[in-house]
Amino acid sequence: MHPLSFSIAHALPETVLAIGALALVLVGAIRGEKSAGLVAELAIGVLALALVVIFVGAKSSADVFEGAFVDDQFARFMKVLVLIGSLVSLVLSRDFLQREGIDLFEFPILILLSTLGMLLLTSANSLISLYLGLELMSLALYVVAAFHRDNLKASEAGLKYFVLGALSSGMLLYGASLIYGYAGTVQFDGIAKALTAGPQIGVVFGLVFLLAGLAFKMSTVPFHMWTPDVYEGAPTPVTAFFASAPKMAAVAITLRVVTDALPGLAHEWRQIVMFISIASMALGSFAAIGQTSIKRLMAYSSIGHMGFALVGLAANTAAGVQGVALYMAIYLVTTLGVFAVILAMRVQGKAVETISDLSGLARTNGWMAFFMAMLMFSLSGIPPLAGFFAKYYAFLAAVQAGLTPLAVIGVLLSTVAAFYYLRIVKIMYFDDPAPAFDVAPLSVRVVMAVSTALVFLFWVYPAPFVTAAANAAKAFAF
Amino acid sequence: MAISLTHYLVVAAILFTIGVAGIILNRKNIIVILMSVELILLSVNINLVAFSSARGDLTGQVFALLILTVAAAEAAIGLAILVTYYRNRGSIAVEDINAMKG
Repeated sequence: MHPLSFSIAHALPETVLAIGALALVLVGAIRGEKSAGLVAELAIGVLALALVVIFVGAKSSADVFEGAFVDDQFARFMKVLVLIGSLVSLVLSRDFLQREGIDLFEFPILILLSTLGMLLLTSANSLISLYLGLELMSLALYVVAAFHRDNLKASEAGLKYFVLGALSSGMLLYGASLIYGYAGTVQFDGIAKALTAGPQIGVVFGLVFLLAGLAFKMSTVPFHMWTPDVYEGAPTPVTAFFASAPKMAAVAITLRVVTDALPGLAHEWRQIVMFISIASMALGSFAAIGQTSIKRLMAYSSIGHMGFALVGLAANTAAGVQGVALYMAIYLVTTLGVFAVILAMRVQGKAVETISDLSGLARTNGWMAFFMAMLMFSLSGIPPLAGFFAKYYAFLAAVQAGLTPLAVIGVLLSTVAAFYYLRIVKIMYFDDPAPAFDVAPLSVRVVMAVSTALVFLFWVYPAPFVTAAANAAKAFAF
Repeated sequence: MAISLTHYLVVAAILFTIGVAGIILNRKNIIVILMSVELILLSVNINLVAFSSARGDLTGQVFALLILTVAAAEAAIGLAILVTYYRNRGSIAVEDINAMKG
């Protein structure tokens, strides 16, 4: 038993977000309709404060709140990624929401609440805190998906996301109930202890259902069906948010559940993770080829990238965890840059989102074409850009763990995926120019430039990122 | 015949299957899907309470109470999204949800 002050010190980012979100509800309620700008700025401040708190706060590892919540290096690493994803999405959303006339003060508050859910999820150390974090995240996400409520596509996206999301949390819960029943506890370390004698069939059943629910949240095959529709229908800044922050949290909790709670079932869950990984890489590579909408293309691209990240998880080693952490960090930076470019795609005030709208961009807006080209090269994994190193560390871990066939399949499928990334570069540089885009807002241009700079110059000084990911991996006992 | 843990688990498994089937097979109405989701969550609650009682451990019942609370919030949000969808589309038939190809 720890004193409350000790527990709060380890859950300080969550405390900041919880109090901040509630205070902003009051600000919005008191100041009324006109408070959207103020609330959004304050919400960005709250997210930045939570980031600062992680960097200056407690550095030790501890299980607090009766073992329901764990604070360790890995959790802090993934929380930084989640917070960066939310913060940048919120910054990107300002201009878009104002232009579309949906600039309401509820939006930043919902982003804050779902970010709070993601942080809780990242730190969950029992099945109950896993479920509560997951639902806090998802319930807010359902609402932001349908945030453009006068728009048929957005409300349909919200509805589809809700129905399939509710089904997946039902499956996750069914799995959790079986694991609780046959292992006798909801604590991850207790479950691991109960399984030292060998696998139990009840827990294996539970594992399958639990992984099905988590695969949905990561948007991996065979639970990916919602992704293209939700990405296409939701407002673009919301899509940017979906593609960044929730994925970090979902991958983090999947990794924690399988390595902390179910090391005794490593043989079983590695098979499942390998299947999910290969299927996602294949679908992400092949299904994206025929897409015309850039948002749908990014949906399939994100499915494929989750598959690549899971290659590292299948290795089940410290190097594998390092690979996953690094992959997610680089994917986050690249994706945010790509969505900044998508948000900049406006012709005479109207948002456009087909790939052909990008044609000839190099002649109408050279810098934007250069940024997009670099980000596409990075996503396809061409050295020396960051995306290459992401895949390198994930595949290296798989080879070291004796999963050479998996790594080979991954490399082959990534060359298939390179086709549609390079096609975008070809369209931008060699096709006849489409109507030029309007001048993008400063925030969007800054995100594009910073993201490209990070991706482009990663090889110059990769040490801090690689070391941080390696330290994050030390949180697990292998 | 005494009612054992297995009986509760079988009932819960049947309810869960009916719920999943209701979501997948249903071609009529989204309200039916919402009802199926509730059925799934309730089958989980039966599981948890049965395990909790069989093992003499209260954690499962605490979990069940939390699920009930979250299920209420989930239903409220689902119905709210359904209302905005109905305003835009004028229908809540499952076969009409086709503005985007899946």
